[in-house]
Amino acid sequence: MSAPHTSTLSATPQTPSFRLIAVLGTVAMLSGLLIVLVYQWTLPTITEQKRLALERAVQAVIPGASSIETLVLEGGQLHPDSANVNGLHVYLGYDQAGTLQGIAAEGSGQGYADLVKILYGYDPACQCISGFKVVASRETPGFGDKLDRDPKFLANFQALDVQLDAEQQALANEVVTVKHGTKSKPWQIDAISGATVSSRAVGRAINDSASKLLPVLTPRLSEFAKRSP
Amino acid sequence: MPPSISPVELRTSPHVRTTQSVELIMRNVVYALLPISTWAIWQFGLSALALILTVTATCVATERFFNWMADRPSTLSDWSATITGLLLALTLPPGFPLWMAVVAGFVGIALGKALFGGLGFNVFNPALVGRAFVQAAFPVSITSWTPAFAPGRFTEFIPTTFTAPFTIPPDLGAWVKAAGVDGFTGATPLSLWKFDGVVTSSSDLFTGMSAGSAGETSALLILLCGAYLAVRKMMDWRIPAAVLGGAFATALAFWLWGGEHFPQPLFVLFSGGLMLGAVFMASDMVASPVTPLGIWIYGLFIGFITVIIRYFGGLPEGVMYAILLGNAVSPLIEQVTQPRIYGAKEAKK
Amino acid sequence: MDSKQTPITMDTFLAQVWRDNPVFVMALGMCPVLAVTSSATNGLAMGIASTFVLIGSNLLVSMLRKLIPKQVRIATYIVIIATFVTMVDYILQAMAPAIYAALGAFIQLIVVNCIILGRAEAYASKNGVLASVVNGAGTGAGFTLALLLLGGVREILGAGTLFGIDLFGPHFQPWLVMILPPGGFFALGAWLLLFSWLKQRKTRRAELKGEPLHAG
Repeated sequence: MSAPHTSTLSATPQTPSFRLIAVLGTVAMLSGLLIVLVYQWTLPTITEQKRLALERAVQAVIPGASSIETLVLEGGQLHPDSANVNGLHVYLGYDQAGTLQGIAAEGSGQGYADLVKILYGYDPACQCISGFKVVASRETPGFGDKLDRDPKFLANFQALDVQLDAEQQALANEVVTVKHGTKSKPWQIDAISGATVSSRAVGRAINDSASKLLPVLTPRLSEFAKRSP
Repeated sequence: MPPSISPVELRTSPHVRTTQSVELIMRNVVYALLPISTWAIWQFGLSALALILTVTATCVATERFFNWMADRPSTLSDWSATITGLLLALTLPPGFPLWMAVVAGFVGIALGKALFGGLGFNVFNPALVGRAFVQAAFPVSITSWTPAFAPGRFTEFIPTTFTAPFTIPPDLGAWVKAAGVDGFTGATPLSLWKFDGVVTSSSDLFTGMSAGSAGETSALLILLCGAYLAVRKMMDWRIPAAVLGGAFATALAFWLWGGEHFPQPLFVLFSGGLMLGAVFMASDMVASPVTPLGIWIYGLFIGFITVIIRYFGGLPEGVMYAILLGNAVSPLIEQVTQPRIYGAKEAKK
Repeated sequence: MDSKQTPITMDTFLAQVWRDNPVFVMALGMCPVLAVTSSATNGLAMGIASTFVLIGSNLLVSMLRKLIPKQVRIATYIVIIATFVTMVDYILQAMAPAIYAALGAFIQLIVVNCIILGRAEAYASKNGVLASVVNGAGTGAGFTLALLLLGGVREILGAGTLFGIDLFGPHFQPWLVMILPPGGFFALGAWLLLFSWLKQRKTRRAELKGEPLHAG
């Protein structure tokens, strides 16, 4: 220990307050400078990585999508994406010619451990769910973490029926998860045996999100159908 | 000041104030477990026999290995490792792969007993430590049940029994179908109730005509064997009584409150491993309290927790965790239920 | 006690890796040790991130050690450590988003890892810049080694893979418990057992040969 600081704290402090403040202030400023430098340096890469990750997830549920347009559902309205709107994110996937290939949307449902966040694809042509991908989950490894890898479970999402009812205000049939081996209707999801709770989370996520989104989206589908490539 | 008693005979727990020795008691527990093991073999066939032999041999070998590691004389003659092995085997599904059973036996003795210093020092019931480990490690295998009284049970093994070490056991679905047992869904009475709302009749449960772990199916037989030990004063009858009483009272309360959502109290009493756990595991002499009031608190606590886990937990069966929790709190229970020493004055508040 | 006289030897580095291993011998920083070691990759990434913070904070603390008044030293150390943690956080987000997602909040929690504050207080504030950097690197290497050993065992048993590479083929039965939280305790306990057993054996051998015991 260097000489001036060997005195214990209980003895009369020899360091005046302004020195303490000055040192702390200098160190904090130095720290701030370092952080800002690193932030500036990494920001473009981080943004790019996030965009890539989103693109990959959307492409996984809308096959053939090469460009994405983001919308936000808030208060029963679809808004163009901007920083000051918070709500359910909806992604329109277009192919190279600018034709709408499908729609991906966020959803979340309570799983065994925490919310299971998913991204699901909606195919307007068949009015059905065409696929889904888990974005974030803390489900038990070995049981609930195989949701988007279990081939039998994924088979549910090749054409999961989410038609709207006659008034176009709600789903004709609620999407429900049923016990393994008892699926009998196209709007039912056959749960993974041994991971019923996690399977239900996916069902609820899709049901909640689709019943909010589809009544708003369907009337406007024609304006989204094409866009200049 | 505690009164001084001399001469004092120093023994490891289990402390039983009779002339019986640890060896004698343990040997009688083995005798009491034999009819239950025989019933398990009669019910589930060759696989149950192989399972019981393998687990017991593993436990005995592990015990000997740790004796050797610690440069201590063999403790096999106190029969406690044999009991752990038998009990552990009886809590596993009959078709449990033997290599996993070896893991269970080793972990039970090593983690549950040897690391604490052997018999008398174990905080938890070693058999349950082993079972809890394999429950967490191999959750699929430990819930793969096979039908009782399959026709070919004495001529062939359940296909999962001889799974090669470290590999996934084969799917039992096809075998169960081929075995020709009608209506078997691979579920125990408890999971039938929990996931399908089907209640198995109490008389079937009482006599053991249902699927389940090797030794948990016949409540009647377990009660008889427990009664033998209790009559010979080799087991404290108050522990099983308190566990079963606690479970019954909790189940009764729920049933009276909302009968349509909860099963009958008798179903709770006779299903799953509650009977085996109450009679042979909760009564583990080392890991349970010794104070008179403490014994009742301990037992009622286990019964209560069992029912709560069964009704509201993610798993259909909760006896194992309830007993382990009971073991964990038993030092605390003993501390708060210390009886007043004869002649001593009430402590000043 | 001036630092300039302390010679920097291999031991400045190696003691931290083996004899005073922060995890297996000193049992420090248990929170990340148990939480992120469900795979070898996560363990390695956490180890490297912590090593970076250790070297950076040791460097800065040692450079400023004569300027920092005793009364505010802990606050200053924490500011310095937090700076490097934030840097690691951004760099990982940019370079390895998958690992960043897997490690989650534990990257930010490096701030409160007692190994790092411990090195700043016990070593960097009393020793020269170069020695502090070497010591920090050694501690980081020891921490990384420990995380890697733990993560490796847990991943091999719990998933049958190492660094995501399948080791045993499709028939392997994973021991799920090992990648669940209890598995962290089991694996840590087993490693601690092994280390103390090795230490005991070494002591015994030294006694038999009549050699002086290794200090420490």
